[in-house]
Amino acid sequence: MSTLSFPENNSRRKTLNQKIAFACCFALSLCVVLVLASILLFIIIKGIRVINWDFITQAPADGMTGGGIFPAIIGTLCLMAGSAIVSFPVGIMSGIYMNEYATNGKLVRFIRMMTNNLSGIPSIVFGLFGMAIFVNYLDFGDSIIAGSLTLGLLSLPVIIRTTEEALKDIPDSMREGSRALGATQLQTIWNVILPMAVPRVITGLILSMGRVSGETAPILFTCAAYFLPQLPSSIFDQCMALPYHLYVLATSGTDLEKQQPIAYGTALVLIIIVLIINLAANGIRKYFANKVKTN
Amino acid sequence: MKKILEQSVKYLFTASGFITSFIILLIIFFLFSEGAGLFRNHIIDDGYVVALNKSNPVNTLSANQIKEIFDEDITNWQEAGGEDEPIQVFRLSDLLSIYSEEELGSEYEHAGSKIKETILQNEGIIAFVPKSLLTDTEGIKTMPDQTIPVKDVLAGTEWFPTATPSPLFGILPLLAGTLWVSFFAILIALPFGLCVSIYMSEIASEKVRNVLKPVIELLNGIPSVVYGFFGLIVIVPFLQQLFNLPVGESGLAGSLVLAIMALPTIVTVAEDAMRNCPRSMREASLALGANKWQTIYKVVIPYSISGITSGIVLGIGRAVGETMAVLMVTGNAAVMPTSILEPLRTIPATIAAELGEAPTGEAHYQSLFLLGVILFFITLFINLSVEYISSRKR
Repeated sequence: MSTLSFPENNSRRKTLNQKIAFACCFALSLCVVLVLASILLFIIIKGIRVINWDFITQAPADGMTGGGIFPAIIGTLCLMAGSAIVSFPVGIMSGIYMNEYATNGKLVRFIRMMTNNLSGIPSIVFGLFGMAIFVNYLDFGDSIIAGSLTLGLLSLPVIIRTTEEALKDIPDSMREGSRALGATQLQTIWNVILPMAVPRVITGLILSMGRVSGETAPILFTCAAYFLPQLPSSIFDQCMALPYHLYVLATSGTDLEKQQPIAYGTALVLIIIVLIINLAANGIRKYFANKVKTN
Repeated sequence: MKKILEQSVKYLFTASGFITSFIILLIIFFLFSEGAGLFRNHIIDDGYVVALNKSNPVNTLSANQIKEIFDEDITNWQEAGGEDEPIQVFRLSDLLSIYSEEELGSEYEHAGSKIKETILQNEGIIAFVPKSLLTDTEGIKTMPDQTIPVKDVLAGTEWFPTATPSPLFGILPLLAGTLWVSFFAILIALPFGLCVSIYMSEIASEKVRNVLKPVIELLNGIPSVVYGFFGLIVIVPFLQQLFNLPVGESGLAGSLVLAIMALPTIVTVAEDAMRNCPRSMREASLALGANKWQTIYKVVIPYSISGITSGIVLGIGRAVGETMAVLMVTGNAAVMPTSILEPLRTIPATIAAELGEAPTGEAHYQSLFLLGVILFFITLFINLSVEYISSRKR
């Protein structure tokens, strides 16, 4: 008789195990969500009190214990624009080469491996490299151009990867159809492939800008100014940047207590930038997905 | 005309295709050429000399010994391989306390001969003086001009890059700090990361998943300084109270912040791998009478183990290379870590903290580039193992 009851016991144990495991997974997931939500809420609640029009449009004052963060916002925008000029064309062309031109499978794998390696290199190593080559060797000094180039190189792998994946998803029949009509390879890429891939490529570009806006380590020694109330006048000037400004406010300066509210505000502005960028990327993805469906 | 355009665009694309490989080569070249320069430096500051009395049997001193002598941690020559004689430390500034200004001359023109006199008179003396002042070395033993040995750097346990007369560049405390913090970070992040990815890919309804996924992606995008700032304001004081520490900045604070930062990486990759497990395999398992949990840990996890491992290794890579957050919360004490509750310092944090003050082209500057080279190779190793793990898939 005991053997007969075995399957039933087993199944009860099975169900119990499943219940415990699922409860664990749920509890730990809830934990993670709560921790992450509390980080976001903490900074949002503390920061929202500080942010107003003056905070965004005025320069820091009274040894960084008052005023706003306008030069840091402008500096970060300059760096984003500069790195976009560097990385967008090269990254997209590199992605196109890997999917459309390269025929040797081994070579493509090698390039892909190199791209992955580049994306894994810590940002501080990019900072060292940028300092050695752009600041010292090419003698740009601490400047927006040196910072933009360093950040541009850093954001290349993201762009290359998303471009390549966007192109990979386009069926070969499109290429063959275009070529059969007598179009050259370049015409096919320009008139057929790229228009189809544009939404996903743009998503990649936007996400790369998100990464650029928040990086501190690469610009520590290539661009960022500790305190510089006036705006940069050329690409060979230093500039302030939001992430570095937050670091300075949190760790050094004349009066850490008085700086703290401004630090919360700066952190919130950084989070808002990331949020806008992510929403924009998702929005574009959805918008074009719907468009393709209706066609 | 069209053909020329076609060809030149093709070359342009090909050139761009190799840009990442080219950048990696450039990084290796520039980091190496600066970092290797460290071993061409001498253990004593350039332009200076360490001199002993000729009767002293000691012939060579390592950088470590010189530092300990000048810090007065060693006070007898016996401890440095000599005779039982107290060590007398002599720096250039001591000259003024021994001789009057008249004796030295108005332009210090007699300084050289007076230094020599002092060294000759004291048997237990060790003098650290500019080379230019000590031209006549009769009866004086100067330390041989050795370059910084590779062993002292790679196996050295003391990091004092600004010590005079002989700075110490032992990287072990920094390397140990980096591995120590990353290890604990992954230890903390692993159970959470796995559970979240199992929950998201297998248990949660589509609705919950559609909320969770963008949130995790958003967290991946939040700048590391923001995490560091949060750690500094919240986690550090919390740990200080919880464990009753003298300072809250500690390895554990760094590990906690890194764990939070590595989580999104682990979750995204691991969840992706689990979702890629084909439906047919799950259905086969369920049809054999296994319930959902048994299917998850007997079928889905073994199937996607290489993806999960890649996620974990990528998380480790993120933790090892993270700079700003760690710099802000670990307390930055360059000592061999003995407990996770004490301040320590990682390689990236050292570079970020010290490069601003290190004069370009000197030993300290080069030693930071050497740290960059080491960090580069650690992450390269991590990336290649990810590559290897995911290439074994199927």
